[in-house]
Amino acid sequence: MSAHHLNCEQATWVSKPRHVVLAALGFRTVAILAIVLLCSALSSAQDWVKGGVGLAVQKIRIAVPDFKASSQQPQNTELLKTFNDTLWNDLDNAGIFDMVSKSFYPLGTIGAPADVKFESWSAAPPSAAMLVFGNLGATGNSVTVQGWLYDVKNAASPQVLGKQYTDAATTQAVRVIAHKFADEIILRLGGGINGIAETQIYFVSSRSGHKEIWAMDYDGANQHPITTLGSISLSPHVSPDGSRLAFSSFTGSGWEIRMFSFDLNRLVSFPRFSGTNLSPGWAPDGVRVAFSSSRSGDPEIYVIDQSGGNLHRITTSKGPDVSPVWNRKTGSQIAWVSGRTGLPQIYIMESDGTNVQQMTDQGYAVSPSWSPNGQFLVFSWMRHYGPGAPGAQDIYIMDVVSKQWVQLTHDGGRNDFPSWSPDGRHVVFQSNRSGSLQIWSMLADGSNQKQLTTSSSNSEPDWSWK
Amino acid sequence: MKQPTLRSLALVFALSAIMLLGACHKKAAPPPPPPPPPPPQPTASLTASPDAIDKGQSSTLTWQTTNATDVSIDQGVGTGQPNGTKQVGPTDSTTYTLTAKGEGGTQTATARVTVNAPAPPPPPPTQTLSDEQMFAQNVKDVYFDYDKSDVRADQQASVQADITFLQQHPNITFTIEGHCDERGSTEYNLALGDNRASAVKNAIVAGGISADRVKTVSYGKEKPFCTEHSEQCWQQNRRGHLVYSK
Repeated sequence: MSAHHLNCEQATWVSKPRHVVLAALGFRTVAILAIVLLCSALSSAQDWVKGGVGLAVQKIRIAVPDFKASSQQPQNTELLKTFNDTLWNDLDNAGIFDMVSKSFYPLGTIGAPADVKFESWSAAPPSAAMLVFGNLGATGNSVTVQGWLYDVKNAASPQVLGKQYTDAATTQAVRVIAHKFADEIILRLGGGINGIAETQIYFVSSRSGHKEIWAMDYDGANQHPITTLGSISLSPHVSPDGSRLAFSSFTGSGWEIRMFSFDLNRLVSFPRFSGTNLSPGWAPDGVRVAFSSSRSGDPEIYVIDQSGGNLHRITTSKGPDVSPVWNRKTGSQIAWVSGRTGLPQIYIMESDGTNVQQMTDQGYAVSPSWSPNGQFLVFSWMRHYGPGAPGAQDIYIMDVVSKQWVQLTHDGGRNDFPSWSPDGRHVVFQSNRSGSLQIWSMLADGSNQKQLTTSSSNSEPDWSWK
Repeated sequence: MKQPTLRSLALVFALSAIMLLGACHKKAAPPPPPPPPPPPQPTASLTASPDAIDKGQSSTLTWQTTNATDVSIDQGVGTGQPNGTKQVGPTDSTTYTLTAKGEGGTQTATARVTVNAPAPPPPPPTQTLSDEQMFAQNVKDVYFDYDKSDVRADQQASVQADITFLQQHPNITFTIEGHCDERGSTEYNLALGDNRASAVKNAIVAGGISADRVKTVSYGKEKPFCTEHSEQCWQQNRRGHLVYSK
């Protein structure tokens, strides 16, 4: 019911431009017709998106009571709160769980298997299918966490998972433990797909006064700078193994592709080309990088090995060609943006430049990102563009084979630079809907939109591959 | 007969003598007592050193008087000792007058301190404008339509003016910056800005300017000229901007 209701709300948004076009035919009739048609179209579209991105229509009901303190050490209270909040948020953000409200939980705390009363969790009102519980205790400078995942409807053999973690007694270490435990649970209950609680998001921030590359945890915590070049740095893209970060930076005479090594914690050499060199995109093999270069006089897509060798050009069309991204599953195709027919549109081609297909044929379509399973593109689109058209720029997802698409954002403002999470269930993007340019995340069906940054201006997020 | 003649002579002589003696009596009167000496006249001298200063500097007045009971210098310097020095810093050329009054009279002396006017700025070298100034005055930017990178018809005059100037100044090299308005995507706008810079370069090179003199760079929407959200402002930002190099 709630899913249908949401779809109908979205339909009213989608139909707005049509009101203008069809006003002469009778505003009210057409509007209602449009809403009904789009509503039914969208609800089925939402279902194929959900299935495609691994967001089951039926979510698992999971209860996550606060872990129990197993130590009386003074800092235990704060560590326990950090752990409980982080674990809850990670499971809530996963997109595959129906979190049982804490107001339905039976009285009493659960710190160990002996405390579990199965019927009180499996029966109404909690009606939980799964139960997560455990304890946390700090002793001296270390903290130990024990956690369990129980199938409460299978009292004979309930344990799905039992884990113990020991680390430094700091809030940061406790956050990491919560992320690891959440990802274990998600791996077991989410169809074998790794969770994203330990992933990173790279982005551009101007909070230092210059556009620099920054990083943060997937949930917006631990925001910190990677570069301090004092110039303009854009378009961060982390390598599949997470060891390198490619980006584009203004060097005084032009734009160059730069390469940062996390192993060495510094920039490493990368070939310098004349002209405007932009938007590096990694192939899933971690060897090849596609980018846009105007070294020939016109911005074209090139492919180069990350070591700097084997440069070759794969497009030859006049006008901007920019923002190449690889099919993350096959590594055999590249999606990119081209202005060869006027306003920018999304295209795909084989990674050798053959078999070019135009994916969008109206408006202003930019910033593609290919889903980890290879099935979808997510991109930014002003579908109705031009004088008099509403200026909304929204995030869309498109099935590559059928070219069927669904609009994911409807909340106004300009939404751009979507990037898939490695589990394929999430998308991070930039939006100015709050009044300033900030990073947001959402589930890949458009639900659960959350603002991750608030300081200064932040843009061009790139989600790590694992 | 002889006797009366002698007697007459003697009488004449005597009468003459009496007359003469009478005259001599007046000459021989005692002199009157000398008058009291008059009071001495005051003396005064005033010098300024140096006697010419620049505005903001100071000069030293030095004065000497004698026989004066009241010594004063005008222009606010004041009254004081018979002899002395004082620093003055007039802002304009000034004549100082020293007045020394005494029983014997009043004496004045003057000294002038000339304040040099600041040197007037050199006259603008109308015949020697630098290349950079001439570039700024004569070279015109080229404006573009939305999402377009072809030089539109109404911009050809600017391009031609640029070509003419650059042909007349063959030693000037320059950079063409491609700029875009705030709408649309960061990455796409950087590529579009590159196309715009190249379009202006190509038009200028086609007009006979050597490509060696031209560099291009794209700023996309990273360095707007105008930050308002209006078409008027956006048009300002959709341009090829020519910048002097040397």
